[in-house]
Amino acid sequence: MNFRQQIARNKRDSWFLMLTIVVALLALGFIIGLAYWGDYYGGLGLLGVFGVVAIIWSIIAYYAGAGMALAVSGAKKVTHDQEPQLYNIVEEMSIASGLPMPDVYVIESDAANAFATGRDPQHSAIAVTRGLMHRLNREEMQGVVGHEMSHIRNYDIRFATLVGILVGLIALIADFFLRSLFFGGGRRSGGSGSGGGNVIFLIIAIVLAILAPLFAYMVQFAISRRREYLADASGVELTRNPKGLASALQKIAADPVELRGANRATAHLFIANPLKKRKDKAKSGLLDTHPPIQERIDRLRKMAFEGPLEDEAVAAAAGAPAMAAGPADVAVDGTPLSGGAPVEPPKQPLPDPREMPRPFDSG
Amino acid sequence: MIAGIVIGVVVVILIIIFVALYNGLVKRRNAVDNSWSQIDVQLKRRHDLIPNLVESVKDYMAYEKETLTRVTEARADAVAAGAKGPAQAAQAENALTDTLRSLFAVMENYPDLKASQNVMSLQEELTATENKISFARQFYNDAVLTYNNKIQTVPSNIIAGLFNFEKRDYFEAPDEAHEVPKVDLS
Repeated sequence: MNFRQQIARNKRDSWFLMLTIVVALLALGFIIGLAYWGDYYGGLGLLGVFGVVAIIWSIIAYYAGAGMALAVSGAKKVTHDQEPQLYNIVEEMSIASGLPMPDVYVIESDAANAFATGRDPQHSAIAVTRGLMHRLNREEMQGVVGHEMSHIRNYDIRFATLVGILVGLIALIADFFLRSLFFGGGRRSGGSGSGGGNVIFLIIAIVLAILAPLFAYMVQFAISRRREYLADASGVELTRNPKGLASALQKIAADPVELRGANRATAHLFIANPLKKRKDKAKSGLLDTHPPIQERIDRLRKMAFEGPLEDEAVAAAAGAPAMAAGPADVAVDGTPLSGGAPVEPPKQPLPDPREMPRPFDSG
Repeated sequence: MIAGIVIGVVVVILIIIFVALYNGLVKRRNAVDNSWSQIDVQLKRRHDLIPNLVESVKDYMAYEKETLTRVTEARADAVAAGAKGPAQAAQAENALTDTLRSLFAVMENYPDLKASQNVMSLQEELTATENKISFARQFYNDAVLTYNNKIQTVPSNIIAGLFNFEKRDYFEAPDEAHEVPKVDLS
């Protein structure tokens, strides 16, 4: 399956998933309505209300979600003159992908992270933290931006925004319902004689209200994890340099700073989970937004067909703020920094696209 | 009557297939042209940046006149070759890339240059432009590959032949591997 097909499948999956979540939302509305008012009209009524709320909420998210995500993270838009190198790197990746130039944002935070948002490639933005700019050299930053550009190309940004909103809505409604029970919802007790059925529906509704958000989160996170792998792979298709992203991820993993301004609603947008509460495990759990970083690095290394990263290179670059004014670290004298496969002299050691082996082009 | 309907349906289907294939080819060809213009933009940008760089480093690098002259000459060649199509342009531009690379290498020996904000930002711009050229080339070559495949394979090759869709050149990357080292046995 090549990238084009992957992207097409991604889009299909997204719609299917959206549908599943919408159905779950409506079912939740129906059951809660049934439990509350004890008849089908109540169920259908609440279903309708939830449906309308979901539609309005989604429309708002579709048009304003990107701006909200950027505002919540405290991202500031920058121009070419303010951040020449970052802006240039984003432009390089937009050329490599053939997509329009996204807006470039910087988050003034010491944490090392980055995310992309927007509703389609024509309305997209890439935000990078100041901490990331200080820690990564040009080649690594290119890897990260290539990854984010792939999220844009794969329509992950739209998916993330919409699904995030719908899942949040389910959680909110379920929470609201459970609380209202706790404080003794009024009309339920004064039911019109069909008390027995009511209790059964009530139990179903409670179970559903507890399970639905969990289920929705799990589905969202599962898709989110798979998309991270895909964005890693297709980001490398842009840069043709797996080592850049691999060593960037290494540095991001080593970074202990938690990103303020990131919360559970926006966490899945970032290149690596910004909420570093627990240690990075070797296996990903059902409630992880991101695959374990080590696993991602291993996959990237396999693409590069070579052994572990040179630790001294990582250590050296971590010490020096390479982003500050550095001329491209890469191959000024023709020495490729990333000794990938058969290499030709240009900045990125790019094998000719036609001869490029595509290890991630499986099945 | 039925035969007429069958023939009519077949003709309509053939027309639809024809239109789809033809439009597909035009789309591919436009993609190639469009991505070529993207390379062109970056090449021009590089041509514009080089005189600035040469101007700002030449006072520091009095002993490197030769390197600077070679860069200037290679630039002039590349500007001239720009109008002659991808194959020729690629050759001249690759030569320019080589001279630039040796200039950057020499610049490493002049710490004074590193202190100059102007030179550093020019160097970042040139590096970025180099990268943009190679990414644009990557995108262009992918577009050419898809287009050439289309016009050479059945069934679209029939339409390509009828309407004179021509094979396009790749923008060849500089490739040292092709240069066979000279061995002196005397």
